[in-house]
Amino acid sequence: MSTVVHTQKPSRLSALLQSVRPRSLSDAVGTLVLFIGGWIMVFPFVWMISSSFKPTYEVYDPDFTIIPKTFVGFENYAGVLFDQPYLRFMFNSAVVCLGILIVQLVTAIPAAYALAKLRFRGSTIFFGTVIASITIPINVISIPIYIGLVQIRMLDTYFAMMFPFLVSVFAIFLFRQFFKAYPDSIIDAARVDGFSEIEIILRLILPAAVPAIAAFTVFSLVAHWNDLYWPLIVVQSQDKMTATLSMMQYQSDFDTDYGRTFASAAVVSAPMVIAFLFFRRLFIRGITMTGIKG
Amino acid sequence: MSAARARAASQGRLAYMLVAPATLLILLIYILPIITVLVMSFTDYTLVSDYFEFIGFENYAKMFTDSAFLNALENTVIYAVIFLPAAFIIPLVLALMIQKRKQFRSILEVLYFLPVTSTLAAMSLVWGALMDGNQGALNELLSSFGAGPVNWLGSEGVVLISLALVAIWSVIGFNMVLFLAGLTTIPTRLYEAAAMDGADHPLDRFFRVTWPMLGPTALFVAVISSINAFKLFDTVAILTQGGPDHASEVYLYLAYLEGFEYFNMGYAAALSLFFLLIIFVFALIQTMFADNKVQY
Repeated sequence: MSTVVHTQKPSRLSALLQSVRPRSLSDAVGTLVLFIGGWIMVFPFVWMISSSFKPTYEVYDPDFTIIPKTFVGFENYAGVLFDQPYLRFMFNSAVVCLGILIVQLVTAIPAAYALAKLRFRGSTIFFGTVIASITIPINVISIPIYIGLVQIRMLDTYFAMMFPFLVSVFAIFLFRQFFKAYPDSIIDAARVDGFSEIEIILRLILPAAVPAIAAFTVFSLVAHWNDLYWPLIVVQSQDKMTATLSMMQYQSDFDTDYGRTFASAAVVSAPMVIAFLFFRRLFIRGITMTGIKG
Repeated sequence: MSAARARAASQGRLAYMLVAPATLLILLIYILPIITVLVMSFTDYTLVSDYFEFIGFENYAKMFTDSAFLNALENTVIYAVIFLPAAFIIPLVLALMIQKRKQFRSILEVLYFLPVTSTLAAMSLVWGALMDGNQGALNELLSSFGAGPVNWLGSEGVVLISLALVAIWSVIGFNMVLFLAGLTTIPTRLYEAAAMDGADHPLDRFFRVTWPMLGPTALFVAVISSINAFKLFDTVAILTQGGPDHASEVYLYLAYLEGFEYFNMGYAAALSLFFLLIIFVFALIQTMFADNKVQY
Protein backbone atom coordinates (compact mmCIF):
# COMPACT_ATOMS: atom_id res chain seq x y z
CA MET A 1 0.00 0.00 0.00
CA SER A 2 2.71 2.46 0.99
CA THR A 3 4.60 1.89 -2.25
CA VAL A 4 1.46 2.81 -4.16
CA VAL A 5 1.09 6.02 -2.22
CA HIS A 6 4.71 7.01 -2.83
CA THR A 7 4.34 6.80 -6.56
CA GLN A 8 1.29 9.07 -6.56
CA LYS A 9 1.71 12.74 -7.33
CA PRO A 10 0.69 15.00 -4.42
CA SER A 11 -2.59 15.97 -6.05
CA ARG A 12 -3.47 12.33 -6.64
CA LEU A 13 -2.52 11.61 -3.03
CA SER A 14 -4.93 14.16 -1.65
CA ALA A 15 -7.62 12.83 -3.97
CA LEU A 16 -6.89 9.37 -2.64
CA LEU A 17 -7.14 10.55 0.95
CA GLN A 18 -10.36 12.36 0.07
CA SER A 19 -11.82 9.16 -1.35
CA VAL A 20 -11.15 7.10 1.78
CA ARG A 21 -12.53 9.78 4.11
CA PRO A 22 -15.67 8.51 5.85
CA ARG A 23 -18.78 10.37 4.73
CA SER A 24 -20.61 10.13 8.03
CA LEU A 25 -20.25 8.79 11.54
CA SER A 26 -22.34 5.69 10.83
CA ASP A 27 -20.23 5.10 7.75
CA ALA A 28 -17.07 5.24 9.85
CA VAL A 29 -18.53 2.87 12.45
CA GLY A 30 -19.60 0.48 9.69
CA THR A 31 -16.13 0.52 8.19
CA LEU A 32 -14.59 -0.12 11.59
CA VAL A 33 -16.91 -3.08 12.25
CA LEU A 34 -16.18 -4.54 8.80
CA PHE A 35 -12.45 -4.29 9.35
CA ILE A 36 -12.62 -5.86 12.82
CA GLY A 37 -14.57 -8.73 11.24
CA GLY A 38 -12.00 -8.88 8.46
CA TRP A 39 -9.21 -9.09 11.02
CA ILE A 40 -10.95 -12.06 12.68
CA MET A 41 -11.20 -13.73 9.26
CA VAL A 42 -7.51 -13.37 8.46
CA PHE A 43 -6.21 -13.91 11.99
CA PRO A 44 -5.75 -17.69 11.50
CA PHE A 45 -3.57 -16.92 8.46
CA VAL A 46 -1.57 -14.30 10.36
CA TRP A 47 -1.14 -16.72 13.24
CA MET A 48 -0.06 -19.50 10.85
CA ILE A 49 2.54 -17.38 9.07
CA SER A 50 3.79 -15.97 12.34
CA SER A 51 4.09 -19.42 13.96
CA SER A 52 5.80 -20.81 10.89
CA PHE A 53 8.72 -18.44 11.63
CA LYS A 54 8.96 -19.44 15.28
CA PRO A 55 10.77 -22.17 17.20
CA THR A 56 8.54 -24.79 18.85
CA TYR A 57 8.71 -23.32 22.35
CA GLU A 58 7.46 -19.96 21.11
CA VAL A 59 4.44 -21.26 19.14
CA TYR A 60 2.35 -21.89 22.27
CA ASP A 61 3.86 -19.01 24.23
CA PRO A 62 0.97 -17.34 26.10
CA ASP A 63 2.60 -14.01 25.34
CA PHE A 64 1.76 -14.11 21.61
CA THR A 65 3.52 -11.68 19.31
CA ILE A 66 2.99 -11.50 15.57
CA ILE A 67 6.68 -10.77 14.99
CA PRO A 68 8.65 -13.78 16.25
CA LYS A 69 11.04 -13.12 19.13
CA THR A 70 13.37 -15.75 17.72
CA PHE A 71 13.23 -15.96 13.95
CA VAL A 72 13.79 -19.47 12.56
CA GLY A 73 11.69 -19.03 9.41
CA PHE A 74 14.43 -20.12 7.02
CA GLU A 75 15.15 -23.28 9.00
CA ASN A 76 11.44 -24.15 9.24
CA TYR A 77 10.67 -23.67 5.55
CA ALA A 78 13.89 -25.33 4.41
CA GLY A 79 12.98 -28.25 6.67
CA VAL A 80 9.55 -28.55 5.08
CA LEU A 81 10.71 -28.22 1.50
CA PHE A 82 13.96 -30.17 1.58
CA ASP A 83 14.07 -32.50 4.62
CA GLN A 84 10.42 -33.49 4.34
CA PRO A 85 8.92 -34.67 1.03
CA TYR A 86 6.70 -31.60 0.58
CA LEU A 87 7.95 -30.84 -2.91
CA ARG A 88 6.87 -34.36 -3.83
CA PHE A 89 3.45 -33.86 -2.20
CA MET A 90 2.92 -30.57 -4.02
CA PHE A 91 3.97 -32.17 -7.29
CA ASN A 92 1.48 -35.01 -6.77
CA SER A 93 -1.30 -32.53 -6.06
CA ALA A 94 -0.41 -30.53 -9.15
CA VAL A 95 -0.36 -33.61 -11.40
CA VAL A 96 -3.73 -34.79 -10.11
CA CYS A 97 -5.38 -31.35 -10.32
CA LEU A 98 -4.13 -30.60 -13.82
CA GLY A 99 -4.88 -34.12 -15.06
CA ILE A 100 -8.43 -33.87 -13.78
CA LEU A 101 -8.92 -30.40 -15.25
CA ILE A 102 -7.65 -31.29 -18.72
CA VAL A 103 -9.78 -34.42 -19.05
CA GLN A 104 -12.81 -32.56 -17.67
CA LEU A 105 -12.45 -29.85 -20.29
CA VAL A 106 -11.77 -32.26 -23.14
CA THR A 107 -14.83 -34.36 -22.32
CA ALA A 108 -17.22 -31.60 -21.27
CA ILE A 109 -16.78 -29.02 -24.02
CA PRO A 110 -17.65 -31.28 -27.00
CA ALA A 111 -20.55 -32.85 -25.11
CA ALA A 112 -21.86 -29.45 -24.11
CA TYR A 113 -21.62 -28.19 -27.69
CA ALA A 114 -23.56 -31.19 -28.97
CA LEU A 115 -26.24 -30.60 -26.34
CA ALA A 116 -26.49 -26.90 -27.06
CA LYS A 117 -26.27 -26.75 -30.84
CA LEU A 118 -26.76 -30.17 -32.47
CA ARG A 119 -29.86 -32.30 -32.82
CA PHE A 120 -29.49 -35.96 -32.04
CA ARG A 121 -31.70 -38.72 -30.74
CA GLY A 122 -31.22 -39.33 -27.02
CA SER A 123 -30.10 -35.81 -26.24
CA THR A 124 -32.93 -35.36 -23.72
CA ILE A 125 -31.99 -38.56 -21.89
CA PHE A 126 -28.33 -37.56 -21.91
CA PHE A 127 -29.09 -34.12 -20.55
CA GLY A 128 -31.43 -35.56 -17.91
CA THR A 129 -28.67 -37.92 -16.78
CA VAL A 130 -26.25 -35.01 -16.54
CA ILE A 131 -28.67 -33.00 -14.39
CA ALA A 132 -29.42 -35.99 -12.14
CA SER A 133 -25.71 -36.72 -11.70
CA ILE A 134 -24.98 -33.16 -10.54
CA THR A 135 -26.67 -33.90 -7.22
CA ILE A 136 -24.65 -37.07 -6.58
CA PRO A 137 -21.68 -36.34 -4.31
CA ILE A 138 -18.46 -38.38 -4.38
CA ASN A 139 -19.27 -39.76 -0.92
CA VAL A 140 -22.16 -41.80 -2.38
CA ILE A 141 -20.24 -43.46 -5.21
CA SER A 142 -16.91 -43.84 -3.43
CA ILE A 143 -17.45 -47.45 -2.28
CA PRO A 144 -18.02 -49.13 -5.67
CA ILE A 145 -15.34 -47.03 -7.34
CA TYR A 146 -12.92 -48.01 -4.58
CA ILE A 147 -13.80 -51.69 -4.97
CA GLY A 148 -13.40 -51.41 -8.74
CA LEU A 149 -9.96 -49.89 -8.28
CA VAL A 150 -9.04 -52.67 -5.84
CA GLN A 151 -10.15 -55.28 -8.41
CA ILE A 152 -7.97 -53.85 -11.16
CA ARG A 153 -5.13 -53.34 -8.66
CA MET A 154 -4.92 -49.63 -9.33
CA LEU A 155 -5.14 -48.21 -5.79
CA ASP A 156 -2.42 -45.73 -4.94
CA THR A 157 -1.95 -44.51 -8.51
CA TYR A 158 -2.49 -41.13 -10.14
CA PHE A 159 -5.24 -42.79 -12.17
CA ALA A 160 -7.13 -43.79 -9.01
CA MET A 161 -6.71 -40.30 -7.57
CA MET A 162 -8.18 -38.71 -10.70
CA PHE A 163 -10.71 -41.26 -11.89
CA PRO A 164 -13.98 -40.23 -10.13
CA PHE A 165 -13.52 -36.65 -11.34
CA LEU A 166 -12.58 -37.26 -14.95
CA VAL A 167 -16.02 -36.20 -16.11
CA SER A 168 -17.60 -33.12 -14.61
CA VAL A 169 -21.35 -33.19 -15.12
CA PHE A 170 -21.40 -29.69 -13.70
CA ALA A 171 -19.02 -28.52 -16.45
CA ILE A 172 -21.23 -30.07 -19.12
CA PHE A 173 -24.24 -28.27 -17.68
CA LEU A 174 -22.38 -24.98 -17.30
CA PHE A 175 -20.88 -24.97 -20.81
CA ARG A 176 -24.18 -26.03 -22.36
CA GLN A 177 -25.88 -22.98 -20.82
CA PHE A 178 -23.04 -20.83 -22.07
CA PHE A 179 -23.01 -22.27 -25.61
CA LYS A 180 -26.80 -22.00 -25.89
CA ALA A 181 -26.45 -18.24 -25.66
CA TYR A 182 -24.06 -18.23 -28.62
CA PRO A 183 -25.97 -16.91 -31.69
CA ASP A 184 -27.07 -19.64 -34.12
CA SER A 185 -26.82 -17.18 -37.02
CA ILE A 186 -23.03 -17.01 -36.67
CA ILE A 187 -22.75 -20.80 -36.57
CA ASP A 188 -25.03 -21.13 -39.63
CA ALA A 189 -22.99 -18.54 -41.50
CA ALA A 190 -19.81 -20.43 -40.65
CA ARG A 191 -21.38 -23.68 -41.92
CA VAL A 192 -22.29 -21.95 -45.19
CA ASP A 193 -18.69 -20.77 -45.42
CA GLY A 194 -17.63 -24.41 -45.26
CA PHE A 195 -16.49 -24.64 -41.63
CA SER A 196 -16.73 -28.16 -40.27
CA GLU A 197 -18.36 -28.60 -36.85
CA ILE A 198 -14.95 -29.28 -35.31
CA GLU A 199 -13.63 -26.03 -36.77
CA ILE A 200 -16.69 -24.22 -35.43
CA ILE A 201 -15.94 -25.54 -31.94
CA LEU A 202 -12.23 -24.76 -32.09
CA ARG A 203 -12.35 -21.40 -33.86
CA LEU A 204 -15.66 -19.85 -32.79
CA ILE A 205 -17.04 -21.49 -29.67
CA LEU A 206 -13.83 -22.00 -27.69
CA PRO A 207 -12.60 -18.39 -27.93
CA ALA A 208 -16.06 -17.16 -26.96
CA ALA A 209 -16.16 -19.58 -24.03
CA VAL A 210 -12.91 -18.39 -22.44
CA PRO A 211 -14.62 -16.64 -19.49
CA ALA A 212 -16.65 -19.76 -18.66
CA ILE A 213 -13.61 -22.00 -19.08
CA ALA A 214 -11.50 -19.73 -16.86
CA ALA A 215 -14.14 -19.70 -14.14
CA PHE A 216 -14.56 -23.46 -14.29
CA THR A 217 -10.78 -23.93 -14.20
CA VAL A 218 -10.61 -22.07 -10.90
CA PHE A 219 -13.58 -24.01 -9.54
CA SER A 220 -12.02 -27.35 -10.45
CA LEU A 221 -8.45 -26.59 -9.31
CA VAL A 222 -9.57 -25.23 -5.94
CA ALA A 223 -11.94 -28.16 -5.34
CA HIS A 224 -9.36 -30.83 -6.08
CA TRP A 225 -6.34 -29.17 -4.52
CA ASN A 226 -8.32 -28.89 -1.28
CA ASP A 227 -9.93 -32.34 -1.48
CA LEU A 228 -9.18 -34.53 1.49
CA TYR A 229 -11.83 -37.25 1.23
CA TRP A 230 -10.87 -39.11 -1.94
CA PRO A 231 -7.06 -39.08 -1.48
CA LEU A 232 -7.66 -40.35 2.07
CA ILE A 233 -9.37 -43.39 0.52
CA VAL A 234 -7.07 -44.28 -2.39
CA VAL A 235 -3.62 -43.00 -1.42
CA GLN A 236 -1.57 -45.47 0.57
CA SER A 237 2.06 -44.47 0.15
CA GLN A 238 4.16 -41.36 0.80
CA ASP A 239 5.01 -41.61 -2.87
CA LYS A 240 1.47 -40.60 -3.93
CA MET A 241 0.61 -38.44 -0.94
CA THR A 242 -1.08 -35.14 -1.85
CA ALA A 243 -0.34 -31.86 -0.13
CA THR A 244 -3.78 -31.68 1.47
CA LEU A 245 -3.73 -35.31 2.58
CA SER A 246 -0.34 -34.78 4.22
CA MET A 247 -2.11 -32.59 6.79
CA MET A 248 -3.62 -35.80 8.21
CA GLN A 249 -0.20 -36.91 9.40
CA TYR A 250 -0.13 -34.25 12.07
CA GLN A 251 -2.99 -35.76 14.04
CA SER A 252 -0.43 -38.22 15.35
CA ASP A 253 2.99 -37.09 16.49
CA PHE A 254 4.33 -36.89 12.94
CA ASP A 255 6.29 -33.77 13.72
CA THR A 256 6.76 -32.31 17.17
CA ASP A 257 8.46 -29.24 15.75
CA TYR A 258 5.41 -26.96 15.79
CA GLY A 259 7.07 -24.11 13.94
CA ARG A 260 7.81 -26.48 11.08
CA THR A 261 4.30 -27.95 11.30
CA PHE A 262 2.76 -24.57 10.58
CA ALA A 263 5.34 -23.87 7.90
CA SER A 264 4.02 -27.01 6.16
CA ALA A 265 0.42 -25.83 6.61
CA ALA A 266 1.42 -22.51 5.05
CA VAL A 267 3.15 -24.25 2.14
CA VAL A 268 0.08 -26.43 1.47
CA SER A 269 -2.40 -23.56 1.51
CA ALA A 270 -0.10 -21.11 -0.30
CA PRO A 271 -0.85 -22.01 -3.96
CA MET A 272 -4.60 -21.40 -3.74
CA VAL A 273 -4.25 -18.32 -1.52
CA ILE A 274 -1.62 -16.71 -3.76
CA ALA A 275 -3.58 -17.52 -6.91
CA PHE A 276 -6.65 -15.98 -5.26
CA LEU A 277 -4.80 -12.75 -4.46
CA PHE A 278 -3.73 -12.46 -8.10
CA PHE A 279 -7.02 -13.43 -9.74
CA ARG A 280 -9.51 -12.17 -7.16
CA ARG A 281 -12.48 -11.54 -9.48
CA LEU A 282 -12.01 -14.80 -11.33
CA PHE A 283 -11.78 -16.77 -8.09
CA ILE A 284 -14.89 -15.25 -6.60
CA ARG A 285 -16.78 -15.91 -9.83
CA GLY A 286 -15.43 -19.42 -10.25
CA ILE A 287 -16.00 -20.62 -6.72
CA THR A 288 -19.48 -19.17 -6.33
CA MET A 289 -20.48 -20.14 -9.88
CA THR A 290 -22.63 -22.98 -8.56
CA GLY A 291 -24.66 -20.26 -6.92
CA ILE A 292 -25.15 -17.92 -9.82
CA LYS A 293 -26.52 -20.42 -12.28
CA GLY A 294 -30.01 -19.71 -10.83
CA MET B 1 -34.26 -31.77 -49.30
CA SER B 2 -32.10 -34.88 -49.30
CA ALA B 3 -29.03 -32.68 -48.84
CA ALA B 4 -30.60 -31.25 -45.70
CA ARG B 5 -31.41 -34.76 -44.51
CA ALA B 6 -27.84 -35.90 -45.18
CA ARG B 7 -26.61 -32.88 -43.29
CA ALA B 8 -28.89 -33.77 -40.34
CA ALA B 9 -27.68 -37.37 -40.40
CA SER B 10 -24.02 -36.35 -40.40
CA GLN B 11 -24.74 -33.84 -37.64
CA GLY B 12 -26.30 -36.68 -35.64
CA ARG B 13 -23.24 -38.89 -36.16
CA LEU B 14 -20.94 -36.07 -35.14
CA ALA B 15 -23.05 -35.37 -32.04
CA TYR B 16 -22.66 -38.98 -30.92
CA MET B 17 -18.90 -38.73 -31.36
CA LEU B 18 -18.83 -35.55 -29.31
CA VAL B 19 -20.85 -36.96 -26.42
CA ALA B 20 -19.28 -40.45 -26.50
CA PRO B 21 -16.33 -39.83 -24.13
CA ALA B 22 -18.49 -38.02 -21.58
CA THR B 23 -21.19 -40.69 -21.85
CA LEU B 24 -18.73 -43.50 -21.25
CA LEU B 25 -17.30 -41.77 -18.21
CA ILE B 26 -20.73 -40.92 -16.80
CA LEU B 27 -21.64 -44.60 -17.14
CA LEU B 28 -18.49 -45.71 -15.33
CA ILE B 29 -18.41 -43.01 -12.67
CA TYR B 30 -22.07 -42.38 -11.91
CA ILE B 31 -24.52 -44.89 -13.30
CA LEU B 32 -22.71 -48.16 -12.70
CA PRO B 33 -21.57 -47.19 -9.17
CA ILE B 34 -25.07 -45.99 -8.19
CA ILE B 35 -26.57 -49.30 -9.32
CA THR B 36 -23.80 -51.16 -7.50
CA VAL B 37 -24.36 -49.19 -4.30
CA LEU B 38 -28.06 -49.97 -4.50
CA VAL B 39 -27.49 -53.71 -4.99
CA MET B 40 -24.74 -53.78 -2.38
CA SER B 41 -26.99 -52.15 0.20
CA PHE B 42 -29.11 -55.33 0.13
CA THR B 43 -26.11 -57.57 0.88
CA ASP B 44 -23.76 -58.21 3.78
CA TYR B 45 -20.73 -57.69 1.53
CA THR B 46 -17.47 -56.88 3.28
CA LEU B 47 -14.22 -56.30 1.49
CA VAL B 48 -12.52 -58.81 3.75
CA SER B 49 -14.39 -61.87 2.46
CA ASP B 50 -15.55 -62.63 -1.06
CA TYR B 51 -18.60 -64.51 0.17
CA PHE B 52 -21.78 -62.50 0.65
CA GLU B 53 -25.52 -63.01 0.85
CA PHE B 54 -28.55 -60.97 -0.04
CA ILE B 55 -30.14 -59.93 3.20
CA GLY B 56 -33.02 -57.79 1.92
CA PHE B 57 -33.67 -54.62 3.88
CA GLU B 58 -31.65 -55.73 6.89
CA ASN B 59 -29.03 -53.00 6.47
CA TYR B 60 -31.75 -50.36 6.37
CA ALA B 61 -33.54 -51.88 9.34
CA LYS B 62 -30.24 -52.00 11.22
CA MET B 63 -29.70 -48.28 10.70
CA PHE B 64 -32.62 -47.31 12.92
CA THR B 65 -31.53 -49.51 15.78
CA ASP B 66 -27.81 -48.84 15.38
CA SER B 67 -26.76 -46.49 18.17
CA ALA B 68 -23.73 -45.34 16.13
CA PHE B 69 -25.99 -44.29 13.24
CA LEU B 70 -28.51 -42.54 15.49
CA ASN B 71 -25.68 -40.82 17.33
CA ALA B 72 -24.14 -39.64 14.04
CA LEU B 73 -27.49 -38.39 12.77
CA GLU B 74 -28.14 -36.56 16.03
CA ASN B 75 -24.64 -35.01 16.02
CA THR B 76 -25.11 -33.84 12.43
CA VAL B 77 -28.47 -32.25 13.19
CA ILE B 78 -27.16 -30.52 16.33
CA TYR B 79 -24.17 -29.27 14.35
CA ALA B 80 -26.44 -28.02 11.55
CA VAL B 81 -28.67 -26.18 14.04
CA ILE B 82 -25.62 -24.36 15.43
CA PHE B 83 -24.03 -23.76 12.04
CA LEU B 84 -26.97 -22.69 9.84
CA PRO B 85 -28.32 -19.54 11.53
CA ALA B 86 -24.83 -18.01 11.79
CA ALA B 87 -23.83 -19.14 8.30
CA PHE B 88 -26.93 -17.37 6.98
CA ILE B 89 -27.28 -14.21 9.07
CA ILE B 90 -23.64 -13.07 9.34
CA PRO B 91 -23.03 -13.13 5.54
CA LEU B 92 -26.37 -11.39 4.92
CA VAL B 93 -25.53 -8.56 7.32
CA LEU B 94 -22.03 -8.27 5.85
CA ALA B 95 -23.40 -8.16 2.30
CA LEU B 96 -25.86 -5.41 3.26
CA MET B 97 -23.04 -3.42 4.88
CA ILE B 98 -20.59 -3.86 2.00
CA GLN B 99 -23.06 -3.54 -0.86
CA LYS B 100 -23.26 0.24 -1.23
CA ARG B 101 -19.67 0.86 -0.33
CA LYS B 102 -17.14 1.99 -2.91
CA GLN B 103 -14.24 2.52 -0.54
CA PHE B 104 -12.37 -0.53 0.74
CA ARG B 105 -14.76 -2.88 -1.04
CA SER B 106 -12.06 -4.95 -2.76
CA ILE B 107 -9.91 -5.26 0.33
CA LEU B 108 -12.93 -6.32 2.39
CA GLU B 109 -13.86 -8.90 -0.23
CA VAL B 110 -10.33 -10.30 -0.09
CA LEU B 111 -10.33 -10.48 3.71
CA TYR B 112 -13.68 -12.25 3.93
CA PHE B 113 -13.21 -14.54 0.94
CA LEU B 114 -9.70 -15.71 1.81
CA PRO B 115 -10.86 -18.60 4.05
CA VAL B 116 -13.07 -19.91 1.21
CA THR B 117 -10.17 -20.54 -1.15
CA SER B 118 -7.73 -21.73 1.47
CA THR B 119 -7.11 -25.41 2.10
CA LEU B 120 -9.45 -26.31 4.95
CA ALA B 121 -7.37 -29.31 5.98
CA ALA B 122 -4.32 -27.08 6.50
CA MET B 123 -6.30 -24.35 8.22
CA SER B 124 -7.83 -27.01 10.49
CA LEU B 125 -4.35 -27.58 11.91
CA VAL B 126 -4.21 -23.88 12.70
CA TRP B 127 -7.67 -23.93 14.29
CA GLY B 128 -6.61 -26.95 16.31
CA ALA B 129 -3.79 -24.84 17.76
CA LEU B 130 -5.99 -21.78 18.29
CA MET B 131 -8.53 -23.99 20.07
CA ASP B 132 -5.95 -25.82 22.15
CA GLY B 133 -7.47 -26.55 25.55
CA ASN B 134 -4.48 -25.26 27.49
CA GLN B 135 -2.57 -22.54 25.70
CA GLY B 136 -4.64 -21.85 22.59
CA ALA B 137 -5.13 -18.26 21.46
CA LEU B 138 -8.91 -18.50 22.00
CA ASN B 139 -8.44 -19.43 25.65
CA GLU B 140 -5.86 -16.67 26.06
CA LEU B 141 -8.47 -14.27 24.69
CA LEU B 142 -11.15 -15.62 27.04
CA SER B 143 -8.87 -15.43 30.06
CA SER B 144 -8.18 -11.76 29.33
CA PHE B 145 -11.94 -11.28 29.87
CA GLY B 146 -11.71 -13.41 32.99
CA ALA B 147 -13.51 -16.37 31.37
CA GLY B 148 -12.54 -19.87 30.31
CA PRO B 149 -10.57 -21.96 29.83
CA VAL B 150 -12.76 -23.95 27.43
CA ASN B 151 -11.74 -27.41 26.26
CA TRP B 152 -12.81 -26.60 22.68
CA LEU B 153 -12.11 -29.90 20.98
CA GLY B 154 -11.77 -32.24 23.94
CA SER B 155 -15.14 -31.75 25.60
CA GLU B 156 -18.22 -33.66 24.46
CA GLY B 157 -20.52 -30.72 25.07
CA VAL B 158 -18.42 -28.16 23.18
CA VAL B 159 -16.82 -30.01 20.28
CA LEU B 160 -19.74 -29.58 17.84
CA ILE B 161 -19.86 -25.85 18.59
CA SER B 162 -16.10 -25.62 17.90
CA LEU B 163 -16.44 -27.46 14.59
CA ALA B 164 -19.35 -25.19 13.67
CA LEU B 165 -17.21 -22.12 14.44
CA VAL B 166 -14.50 -23.30 12.04
CA ALA B 167 -17.10 -24.09 9.38
CA ILE B 168 -18.78 -20.69 9.80
CA TRP B 169 -15.40 -18.99 9.43
CA SER B 170 -14.72 -20.93 6.24
CA VAL B 171 -18.13 -20.26 4.63
CA ILE B 172 -18.91 -16.62 5.49
CA GLY B 173 -17.19 -15.21 2.40
CA PHE B 174 -18.89 -17.70 0.08
CA ASN B 175 -22.40 -16.91 1.29
CA MET B 176 -21.61 -13.21 1.43
CA VAL B 177 -20.70 -13.19 -2.27
CA LEU B 178 -23.93 -15.03 -3.10
CA PHE B 179 -25.93 -12.42 -1.16
CA LEU B 180 -24.01 -9.59 -2.84
CA ALA B 181 -24.89 -11.06 -6.24
CA GLY B 182 -28.53 -11.30 -5.18
CA LEU B 183 -28.56 -7.71 -3.94
CA THR B 184 -27.25 -6.28 -7.21
CA THR B 185 -30.26 -7.74 -9.05
CA ILE B 186 -32.71 -5.64 -7.00
CA PRO B 187 -33.69 -2.61 -9.13
CA THR B 188 -33.05 0.73 -7.38
CA ARG B 189 -36.42 2.03 -8.56
CA LEU B 190 -38.04 -0.30 -6.01
CA TYR B 191 -36.22 1.54 -3.23
CA GLU B 192 -37.28 4.87 -4.73
CA ALA B 193 -40.89 3.68 -4.88
CA ALA B 194 -40.70 2.45 -1.29
CA ALA B 195 -39.26 5.80 -0.20
CA MET B 196 -42.21 7.56 -1.84
CA ASP B 197 -44.53 5.30 0.15
CA GLY B 198 -42.80 6.52 3.27
CA ALA B 199 -40.42 3.59 3.85
CA ASP B 200 -37.37 5.66 4.72
CA HIS B 201 -35.95 3.86 7.68
CA PRO B 202 -33.28 1.29 6.69
CA LEU B 203 -35.17 -1.47 8.50
CA ASP B 204 -38.34 -0.51 6.64
CA ARG B 205 -36.49 -0.66 3.36
CA PHE B 206 -35.02 -4.02 4.29
CA PHE B 207 -38.32 -5.69 5.17
CA ARG B 208 -40.39 -4.10 2.41
CA VAL B 209 -37.99 -4.32 -0.52
CA THR B 210 -34.71 -6.15 0.11
CA TRP B 211 -35.93 -9.23 1.94
CA PRO B 212 -38.85 -10.10 -0.41
CA MET B 213 -36.68 -9.49 -3.48
CA LEU B 214 -33.83 -11.51 -2.05
CA GLY B 215 -36.09 -14.57 -1.67
CA PRO B 216 -34.54 -16.83 -4.33
CA THR B 217 -30.98 -16.02 -3.23
CA ALA B 218 -31.85 -16.54 0.43
CA LEU B 219 -33.42 -19.89 -0.37
CA PHE B 220 -30.42 -20.94 -2.39
CA VAL B 221 -28.01 -19.96 0.39
CA ALA B 222 -30.14 -21.81 2.93
CA VAL B 223 -30.25 -24.99 0.84
CA ILE B 224 -26.59 -25.03 -0.13
CA SER B 225 -25.58 -24.33 3.49
CA SER B 226 -27.77 -27.19 4.72
CA ILE B 227 -26.13 -29.54 2.26
CA ASN B 228 -22.72 -28.26 3.40
CA ALA B 229 -23.68 -28.95 7.00
CA PHE B 230 -24.45 -32.57 6.14
CA LYS B 231 -21.19 -32.87 4.22
CA LEU B 232 -19.04 -32.01 7.24
CA PHE B 233 -15.95 -34.19 7.00
CA ASP B 234 -12.52 -32.51 6.67
CA THR B 235 -12.37 -30.75 10.02
CA VAL B 236 -13.60 -33.88 11.82
CA ALA B 237 -10.99 -36.05 10.09
CA ILE B 238 -8.17 -33.66 10.97
CA LEU B 239 -9.19 -32.34 14.37
CA THR B 240 -11.24 -34.90 16.30
CA GLN B 241 -11.58 -38.19 14.38
CA GLY B 242 -15.10 -38.35 15.76
CA GLY B 243 -14.01 -37.89 19.37
CA PRO B 244 -14.16 -37.34 22.22
CA ASP B 245 -16.20 -40.50 22.79
CA HIS B 246 -18.03 -40.26 19.43
CA ALA B 247 -19.33 -36.77 20.29
CA SER B 248 -18.25 -35.40 16.90
CA GLU B 249 -18.88 -38.54 14.86
CA VAL B 250 -21.05 -36.96 12.16
CA TYR B 251 -22.86 -38.65 9.29
CA LEU B 252 -20.23 -38.72 6.55
CA TYR B 253 -17.47 -39.54 9.00
CA LEU B 254 -19.41 -42.56 10.25
CA ALA B 255 -20.13 -43.67 6.66
CA TYR B 256 -16.39 -43.33 5.95
CA LEU B 257 -15.48 -45.40 9.01
CA GLU B 258 -18.01 -48.14 8.19
CA GLY B 259 -16.86 -48.36 4.58
CA PHE B 260 -13.15 -47.76 4.66
CA GLU B 261 -12.03 -48.56 8.21
CA TYR B 262 -14.33 -51.45 9.18
CA PHE B 263 -14.98 -52.53 5.55
CA ASN B 264 -18.69 -53.12 6.19
CA MET B 265 -19.40 -52.25 2.58
CA GLY B 266 -23.03 -53.39 2.51
CA TYR B 267 -23.98 -51.31 5.52
CA ALA B 268 -21.90 -48.36 4.30
CA ALA B 269 -23.74 -48.55 0.96
CA ALA B 270 -27.06 -48.24 2.76
CA LEU B 271 -25.69 -45.26 4.69
CA SER B 272 -24.54 -43.65 1.42
CA LEU B 273 -27.95 -44.02 -0.19
CA PHE B 274 -29.65 -42.55 2.86
CA PHE B 275 -27.25 -39.63 2.55
CA LEU B 276 -28.16 -39.23 -1.12
CA LEU B 277 -31.83 -39.20 -0.12
CA ILE B 278 -31.16 -36.31 2.28
CA ILE B 279 -29.36 -34.36 -0.47
CA PHE B 280 -32.25 -35.04 -2.89
CA VAL B 281 -34.78 -33.72 -0.37
CA PHE B 282 -32.82 -30.46 -0.10
CA ALA B 283 -32.46 -30.21 -3.88
CA LEU B 284 -36.19 -30.85 -4.25
CA ILE B 285 -37.09 -28.15 -1.74
CA GLN B 286 -34.94 -25.76 -3.71
CA THR B 287 -36.42 -26.49 -7.13
CA MET B 288 -39.98 -26.47 -5.76
CA PHE B 289 -39.64 -23.06 -4.17
CA ALA B 290 -37.31 -21.61 -6.79
CA ASP B 291 -39.94 -22.15 -9.49
CA ASN B 292 -42.58 -20.28 -7.50
CA LYS B 293 -40.42 -17.44 -6.40
CA VAL B 294 -38.41 -16.29 -9.37
CA GLN B 295 -41.29 -14.14 -10.67
CA TYR B 296 -40.53 -10.50 -10.04
